[in-house]
Amino acid sequence: MELQKFLSSTTELAGHEGPQDHVVLSSRVRLARNVTGRPFPGRAKKASRVETCEFIQPAIAAASAMRGGFSESMQPLQALDKQLLVERHLISREHAAKGAGSGLVLSKDETLSVMINEEDHLRMQALLPGLQVKQVWQKMDRFDTSLEKKLDFAFDARLGYLTACPTNLGTGIRVSAMLHLPGLVLTDQVNQIVQAVTKLGHAVRGLYGEGTEASGHLFQVSNQMTLGESEADIIERIHKVVLQVIEHEENARQTLLRTKAKELYNHIGRAYGTLAHAHIVSSKETMDKLSLLRLGVKLELFKGLTTPLLDELFLLSQPAHMQELVGEKLSGEERDLHRADLLRKHLSKVKGLKLPE
Amino acid sequence: MQCCQPDCENEATVHLTEIVDGQMKKIDLCEECAKDQGVTDPKGFALADLLLGLGAASEMESGSGELECPACGFAQADFKKSGRLGCSDCYATFAEPLEGMLKQMHKGTQHVGKVPKALRQEMDFTKQQQQLEKQLSKAIETEDYEQAALVRDQLRGLDVPPEEPVEPKAKGTKSAKGVKGGEV
Repeated sequence: MELQKFLSSTTELAGHEGPQDHVVLSSRVRLARNVTGRPFPGRAKKASRVETCEFIQPAIAAASAMRGGFSESMQPLQALDKQLLVERHLISREHAAKGAGSGLVLSKDETLSVMINEEDHLRMQALLPGLQVKQVWQKMDRFDTSLEKKLDFAFDARLGYLTACPTNLGTGIRVSAMLHLPGLVLTDQVNQIVQAVTKLGHAVRGLYGEGTEASGHLFQVSNQMTLGESEADIIERIHKVVLQVIEHEENARQTLLRTKAKELYNHIGRAYGTLAHAHIVSSKETMDKLSLLRLGVKLELFKGLTTPLLDELFLLSQPAHMQELVGEKLSGEERDLHRADLLRKHLSKVKGLKLPE
Repeated sequence: MQCCQPDCENEATVHLTEIVDGQMKKIDLCEECAKDQGVTDPKGFALADLLLGLGAASEMESGSGELECPACGFAQADFKKSGRLGCSDCYATFAEPLEGMLKQMHKGTQHVGKVPKALRQEMDFTKQQQQLEKQLSKAIETEDYEQAALVRDQLRGLDVPPEEPVEPKAKGTKSAKGVKGGEV
């Protein structure tokens, strides 16, 4: 099946609502697993990787949670397909670089995805909108258990699940929440929060994981340690930390409204003006300004503008989605033109900023 | 400034900073090593892993000699280079040099989370067996032979664990081998 036909539309994808989604965009759990008796992908020769992939892929695709899903080797996927998957957070950038000997299985609703032969034999991910770290872990846990019948996972009584990188050893779990923190950024408090959160043993990263900078005021909080602590404890800690960050973000937004209302309206109004009228706009600028509009919508400063539309525009503004939408390969400069067209089309109809009396 | 990768003496031209656990860590790489580590594509660059890997490499150096994994042929030098292990058996091979590094990296060195169902029964069984053996030796010590006989019978009854029988492995098994054996 063609990937682009399989993937749900951006409208559908952006329409998903979740608890606390004024701050938490999504919750994710990733598990690293390896099967016994085979070298890890980084060590295995190509023939061995192909063989391992052919052994694992059918077992995953046959799982009941994957009914009606998508299963394919990474080899036939076009560069654009892979980039679409990265932009939807369904595969890592590292996996996008893989070809023969690596594979991908997606569930029908795209909430479950399994990368085969990324750094580990299996990298499984469950993704839900809003703050749902506990629910997303339950989903992942059930799926993982269902695979035990078919696959022998490399496990040691003392070290837990054995992974290629010792940083994932034990539970193999990485729990993360994607947070939208414009209030903390605008009040210059975000560094403090980031430091406090990292002190508690969590990592804070930008939109696309390790090494990426935070654009669109988006921050990803995840656990660092995987050994010596149970999944339930790790989840609970992240949940508590995120609840606290939400509180700080809410306070920051209120402070802005109370003490710097003009400045805030100025930021949001200018962001709206640019996106509704620009003819050339970069993806970075778009993300930062859409982020401000999202804040405006959540503060009820816009009538007729909705979060799903903004989230959809956010996704469509990414390079691969832009090219899929236009239907041809575009250079960076061409994308900036098409992006501006798209934003004008959707935003110029909206009746500007409506300030409270 | 010299490149911080092991076995590299080139001038460092790429400088990176990240906050890990509230501590600022800096790394300096030459152009070649930066390319190797994927730094030229900053978005795909696993800086945190690299930083942890560097710590790991120096930890590993204090380990005993030049070990090699009998299962996959992975050597200590390979780990220093990539920060990754070659196969699940590597954890047994490099157990000693890894120990200190795991202590630094994680909350503890004993797994306390999920256990595959098939192994769970086996591990419970092992634990129960160990407990009974302790009780038995205590009973013998205190010359409580009635109790000792009771515990001995219980131990015999344990020979086949309840429900789905699983082949009992040697005590304190640390095997990473398949639980169902078979085709893998």
